[in-house]
Amino acid sequence: MVFKAKRLGMLALGPVLLLMSVFAMAAGGEVSEVNMSPGVTEVGQKIYDLHMIILGISTLIGIVVFGVMFYSIYYHRKSRGVTPATFHESTKVEIAWTVVPFFILLGMAVPATTTLLEIYDNDNAELDVVVTGYQWKWKYEYLNENGENVSFFSNLRTPQTEIDNSEAKGEHYLLEVDEPLVLPVDTKVRFLVTANDVIHSWWVPELAVKRDAIPGFINEVWTHATEEGVYRGQCAELCGRNHGFMPIVVNVVSKDEYGQWLSAKQQEAAEIKELMAQTFTLDELMARGKAVYDTNCLACHGVNGEGGVGVAIAGSAVATGDLGQHLDIGINGVPGTAMQAFGGQLNDVDMAAVITYQRNAFGNNMGDTIQPIDVYNHKKG
Amino acid sequence: MGDHHHGPAKGLGRWLFTTNHKDIGTMYLWFSFCMFILGGTFAMIIRAELFQPGMQLVDPEFFNQMTTLHGLVMVFGAIMPSFVGLANWMIPMMIGAPDMALPRMNNWSFWILPPTFLLLASTLFMEGGAPQAGWTFYAPLSTTYAGPSVTYFIFCIHVLGLSSIMGSINIIATVMNMRAPGMTYMKMPLFVWTWLITAFLLVAVMPVLAGAVTMMLMDVHFGTSFFSAAGGGDPVLFQHVFWFFGHPEVYIIILPAFGVVSQIIPAFSRKPLFGYDSMVYATASIAFLSFIVWAHHMYTVGMPVSGELFFMYATMLIAVPTGVKVFNWVTTMWRGAMTFETPMLFCIGFLVLFTIGGFTGLMLSIAPADFQYHDSYFVVAHFHYVMVAGAVFSMTAAVYYWLPKWCGRMYNETMGKTHFWISFIGFNLTFFPQHFVGLAGMPRRIPDYALQFADFNMMSSIGAFIYGASQILWLYNVIATIVAGEKISDEKVWDGAEGLEWTIPTPAPYHTFETPPKIDPAHAHS
Repeated sequence: MVFKAKRLGMLALGPVLLLMSVFAMAAGGEVSEVNMSPGVTEVGQKIYDLHMIILGISTLIGIVVFGVMFYSIYYHRKSRGVTPATFHESTKVEIAWTVVPFFILLGMAVPATTTLLEIYDNDNAELDVVVTGYQWKWKYEYLNENGENVSFFSNLRTPQTEIDNSEAKGEHYLLEVDEPLVLPVDTKVRFLVTANDVIHSWWVPELAVKRDAIPGFINEVWTHATEEGVYRGQCAELCGRNHGFMPIVVNVVSKDEYGQWLSAKQQEAAEIKELMAQTFTLDELMARGKAVYDTNCLACHGVNGEGGVGVAIAGSAVATGDLGQHLDIGINGVPGTAMQAFGGQLNDVDMAAVITYQRNAFGNNMGDTIQPIDVYNHKKG
Repeated sequence: MGDHHHGPAKGLGRWLFTTNHKDIGTMYLWFSFCMFILGGTFAMIIRAELFQPGMQLVDPEFFNQMTTLHGLVMVFGAIMPSFVGLANWMIPMMIGAPDMALPRMNNWSFWILPPTFLLLASTLFMEGGAPQAGWTFYAPLSTTYAGPSVTYFIFCIHVLGLSSIMGSINIIATVMNMRAPGMTYMKMPLFVWTWLITAFLLVAVMPVLAGAVTMMLMDVHFGTSFFSAAGGGDPVLFQHVFWFFGHPEVYIIILPAFGVVSQIIPAFSRKPLFGYDSMVYATASIAFLSFIVWAHHMYTVGMPVSGELFFMYATMLIAVPTGVKVFNWVTTMWRGAMTFETPMLFCIGFLVLFTIGGFTGLMLSIAPADFQYHDSYFVVAHFHYVMVAGAVFSMTAAVYYWLPKWCGRMYNETMGKTHFWISFIGFNLTFFPQHFVGLAGMPRRIPDYALQFADFNMMSSIGAFIYGASQILWLYNVIATIVAGEKISDEKVWDGAEGLEWTIPTPAPYHTFETPPKIDPAHAHS
């Protein structure tokens, strides 16, 4: 009997060992397809260790419990002609299996607590980035880097044609953005996470960060990446129609490269300022406007302005009507609908371009142009 | 006797005006099965869309309506009413009572359900579509950003709460007042105990849910700002209120399932339940703990670290009484003389899979690790292991176990066992791979996903179709039994079964225990 029990135990061990080795193999590779990634931060490694310890303990308990159960199922079956025992109630046994798990839990609570306290230590960050969730994109704002804030939106870059299966899907399908967040390596970065509309959640598994973005409140969380690379994540809190289409891409680069990138961004901002004072031709506005439309409007208003979640733009009363009203909707949105206020999301050049584009594309043929200065004046009231 | 001993009324009126606990139990069970099929259909649409990457079948907005309605219909329409139905049938028969204590309210608490779910389903055809903020309907997505159907949804939740509270009051009143002489509390079958505790949980938390949806209603229509920071409110307040209901809710779902398993395992082990007393105490402990762990659903909202620690420790503690239960069931099987009819198979399936769900629950309780698990498919896998393999498997076991007593006909055992094995394989094929994609970073509630998740999602979808299809077998088996099953008349359908319900004739007559049975004071609990 004893010998057989051992063999049965080995049988139960088989699948468990297999499972653990699948996990271990996966952990050796880059990004696992079956297990949590330890990522590129110390905290991530600690979380991963905690996860594996608890998984291990659970597996062991599982082997014992299921081992006893399957032994019993095999040997204590009526078809083997056994007579059932009649024992029941044992205070000693009950106390034992109350107290032993309690101490196992106590053992788990210690590393969990220290890791949690470390995660909550937001002090001494070298860089602050405000992360704002929008339906359905992320805005990043670098606070006071070299005296000037840099901010931009990060939109899904995967084309609609890949999503609707009319084109082959790229390698980073749904996990690619037009402008990634760029962070310096070996730097403690603090994120101030908030949202503009509904609750979102900013999650990058390899940076071991997941924090809800809550409108009207600011959550603090930090990371400290030790390896350069591109890390991808997604919004983790259901936030409406395009919840599955607002990815996060973080480029962790060397400190030098980060410095260069930052100056380039500041340069860009200065150029936009200059552009705002210029007057553009219809063709220039149309070219710029198409790019802006494809990034910001297409998901709701359709590839050809035919509408969808949003109203049709092709032949619409607004796009072929009063220019001031059209501009107003672009800047302030339509309250109570999915049409957001884009005044704070697009700069005046882009706004002028996209409104012009909408009035002169999809068969709309107004022939009029809007200049950045018009947008500026409209915002001023 | 003659005049007093009447059978059921004839025609539709029997069902509309009935105050008979067996009729009402039957209606609850059939209604919940219909909802199970409806919620399952929504799940099939979800899995069909997720079969491969890309948007194939539905719009993302409709996908969100499906995830929302799937959750709501399964929780409020399928699982909860099914256990209320079981309570209606079994509690009077288990404690030796002639009927429920409040039979007219019993009729009412059932009959408000069908129109409510009709209304909820009708939101699919309303302008702006059905609710789409998930079954947890977090504000402000469910308030400021919701479509017009949210008002109907709020009304539905109110009525469902009403039904649950009435059902619970009835169960409490019945158990407290209608037990046969000699049936002391510590002699009640565990199913009755778990339901008594569940009923208290329901009475405590359904009003909290009603409060949450009332605040939503005020925010949507009357200009208040409970959940809007712009007006001085707080969106996180919604989550606190919701989960103060929501966490006890998951125990409301699982405790009666524990009760069922505690009846069936001893019957087929032919050996009394090991540790009856500690099972009762463990159930009560779980119920108590369920009130102080709600924020473990909210580790990522940015609570202060002291709050996180409190909720982490309290949540880990739940593993203790839950462990006690699992150990007691296994020890009950130990050195019994087991047979493996369909009810027992489903109970063993429950035991194995629920324990796995318990392990992942323990993993999720660890706050730092939850920062990676939270809102990923790992969570989806976890709660389906406890909801489906826990609650639904035990409900299935209960139907196979008591159906012969209810209708005096035996179901087809081979078909029952086939149903079990297809369900078991389909279930695991669906949900086990979801652990993997969740750990690898796939968020829940997304209609489309990155390419590295494709293989496991396809596997999941195939499993879901298998599991879904296997329920048709169940339906067929039940109908075939009722219509043309082999007639049986033994009072004790199962040789190892204990309890008052096995002392009455088979099939159970329309009225039972019109005079209370005598309980042998020396005889222990059943």
